[in-house]
Amino acid sequence: MSATTEMTDYMGFQGLLTDEEKMVRATARKFVNDEVLPIIDGYAQSETFPSHLVKPMADLGFLGPNLPEKYGCAGLSNVAYGLLMYELERGDSGIRSFASVQGSLVMYPIYAYGSDAQKEYWLPRMARGEAIGCFGLTEPDFGSNPAGMRTSAVREKGGKWKINGSKMWITNGSIADVAVVWAKTGEGVRGFLVEKGTPGFTAPQMKGKWSLRASVTSELLFDDVVVDEEKSLLPNVKGLKGPLGCLTQARYGIAWGALGAADACYQTALEYALNRIQFDRPIASFQLQQRKLAEMVTEITKGQLLVLQLGRMKDQGKYTFAQVSMAKMNNVNVALETARVARTILGANGIMGEYPIMRHSANMESVYTYEGTHDMHLLIIGQEVTGISAFRAG
Amino acid sequence: MGELNLVVLVKPVPDPSCYDRIEIDPATGALLRQGMPAVLNPADKHALEEALVLKERFGGRVAMVSMAPDSASETLMEGLAMGADEACILSDRAFAGSDSLATSRVLAAGIRKIGPFDLVLAGNESADGGTAHVPSQVGELLGVAHLANVIRMEVGPGGSVTARTRIENGYIEVRGSLPMVVGVRREINTPRYTSLMGVMAAQGKPIRVWRSEDLGVNAAEAGMEGSGMRPGKLSRPDYRRKGEILKGSHEETVRRIVAILRAEGVLG
Ligand SMILES: Cc1cc2nc3c(=O)[nH]c(=O)nc-3n(C[C@H](O)[C@H](O)[C@H](O)COP(=O)(O)OP(=O)(O)OC[C@H]3O[C@@H](n4cnc5c(N)ncnc54)[C@H](O)[C@@H]3O)c2cc1C
Ligand SMILES: Cc1cc2nc3c(=O)[nH]c(=O)nc-3n(C[C@H](O)[C@H](O)[C@H](O)COP(=O)(O)OP(=O)(O)OC[C@H]3O[C@@H](n4cnc5c(N)ncnc54)[C@H](O)[C@@H]3O)c2cc1C
Repeated sequence: MSATTEMTDYMGFQGLLTDEEKMVRATARKFVNDEVLPIIDGYAQSETFPSHLVKPMADLGFLGPNLPEKYGCAGLSNVAYGLLMYELERGDSGIRSFASVQGSLVMYPIYAYGSDAQKEYWLPRMARGEAIGCFGLTEPDFGSNPAGMRTSAVREKGGKWKINGSKMWITNGSIADVAVVWAKTGEGVRGFLVEKGTPGFTAPQMKGKWSLRASVTSELLFDDVVVDEEKSLLPNVKGLKGPLGCLTQARYGIAWGALGAADACYQTALEYALNRIQFDRPIASFQLQQRKLAEMVTEITKGQLLVLQLGRMKDQGKYTFAQVSMAKMNNVNVALETARVARTILGANGIMGEYPIMRHSANMESVYTYEGTHDMHLLIIGQEVTGISAFRAG
Repeated sequence: MGELNLVVLVKPVPDPSCYDRIEIDPATGALLRQGMPAVLNPADKHALEEALVLKERFGGRVAMVSMAPDSASETLMEGLAMGADEACILSDRAFAGSDSLATSRVLAAGIRKIGPFDLVLAGNESADGGTAHVPSQVGELLGVAHLANVIRMEVGPGGSVTARTRIENGYIEVRGSLPMVVGVRREINTPRYTSLMGVMAAQGKPIRVWRSEDLGVNAAEAGMEGSGMRPGKLSRPDYRRKGEILKGSHEETVRRIVAILRAEGVLG
């Protein structure tokens, strides 16, 4: 079997999956092989999001896949959802980010915190890919510490709210039909659905990234944006636990997804090492290169078992955000390290777009930082085990 | 015309992308398929796609029928996820060693057991056996019209059928009416991707397993006993190249090469 025809499975991982989970992964894998891998380098090189993939991804049920059938979603288990993210990110982190934001950061809060009318209006459209969403939490001056946010919403007469402020680094921002915007109010942080085209609301794209180039990243600017409370305000959550609850969902998917990128890098490096001859021998026969490969496959295998256990616990409703932090922190780090080491095995070829490694390596720099930086997750784990928060003042 | 009762014949075959792993048992000459993943025969997915499109248009049911071991249920899940409503596995030790006619008898019995049908779709040929006998034989056994090599097909309201069948330098257009058995070629359509919604829905769909007594097939009609043909010896073709290394001066070797090429008829 050639190295790239199946996922890396050193420890019987696939034997731990149900038939349904296996089929979900096979479906996603085929999509990525057929539709993403042949085109993704060109899109990343030209800093363009492959928007033609939105409709097929929707038709396949990739958008909000773990939400219930009644909204046109697939109703997947959390493990199946994770496997989908693994395969998508094996293609590219930009594709996985699109799906993460749409599903976990926009559809999920509408589902968990929205009114029935909001759910019925948005969820089926978003599942069908007819509406794209974005999630605005980070601001120019507040990243790891969103509690400091300046964007504000003020209640007006006649069931209206007025929003002012700005968000930055927002995935899908410029292509979104609806933004979930978190703003300070007199009653704590609240979430608002702001539709594209609302007067005073603009979403200029941020260009010039060296990472996640096949994904749209934008600013969201709010200049006296007036919205209707009934349509816009997410009624069922108050405070930072709203956005943080969404992030837990998305981070869970990232913990799986990052391993997909790692797997792509490892398999590329393994195949290359077996075929590349130097000093009359395949470079895979040199101990230094074998050590790299052995360490990569070991870390990927540990990461797989970590997310699988987390997913099983999530399916039973028994998991904590601090456990999700460990999985996100560890697996993204594994992916970043794997990509960098895989690059060395390919020598000069490692920097070329013909191989996926440099793209994954650059992508992982964003993934390492977004959805809680690596450091912040270490501090969350530290707080979990010591009972002392090292990152909050006082 | 009301809803359509559609049957699709599907055969699990070794995954063509793993053919390099097929081994032949040197003692018995039988194929060793252990560890070879099975997939739906590629042409059969096109047959299923055609059935699903007809169901979307006219309503009705799509049943898959497969003569295969019980373990085929895993492979048939893919068809259920694509949108088939049920799967019937015709599985019995007595069916082992069936040739294409015996296979067709068992399949025809399975189709009859499902009930009245309007259209039976099959792949034109399998990726492993590849005889292309089965669709026509099943048509004969069921006593209905049958078409092979179909590359385009339209069913009209009223059950009229217009189809194109591939011939060497073109196609033949054929008209007829349901019921019918049709063997399709892969160019007829592009099978849909299975969606995650389909995967989830498949988990609850019925997979029936019928033995020879359920089908009323007796031993003389199926398996080794019911087969007029027996597979002959299997052997691996010898792909090694004949090599001859020439030694000597350049002039001598060139002369030798020309002589060899002449002898082989390559040079005049
Ligand atoms: C491509 C991309 C897409 C993104 N998409 C979105 C999106 O869709 N929606 C959204 O809301 N945001 C998004 N983000 C923003 C992302 O979530 C933030 O960048 C992230 O939270 C970090 O914030 P920051 O960049 O302001 O870094 P800072 O918070 O300024 O951190 C800088 C450094 O300081 C460290 N640090 C901060 N606080 C502490 C502390 N207490 N102790 C120790 N070290 C600390 C950090 O770990 C980091 O190393 C995206 C970012 C990128 C790059
Ligand atoms: C491992 C192995 C052992 C065999 N042993 C014997 C043996 O002992 N004696 C012998 O005579 N022959 C044997 N055969 C050959 C076997 O008889 C044929 O595979 C079978 O009859 C079907 O013929 P085919 O594959 O050529 O079908 P084709 O006529 O090429 O298939 C056309 C279409 O018919 C349908 N179809 C065919 N077979 C089935 C099926 N089983 N279930 C549902 N639909 C089907 C499918 O839609 C298929 O696309 C063996 C084959 C294999 C692979």
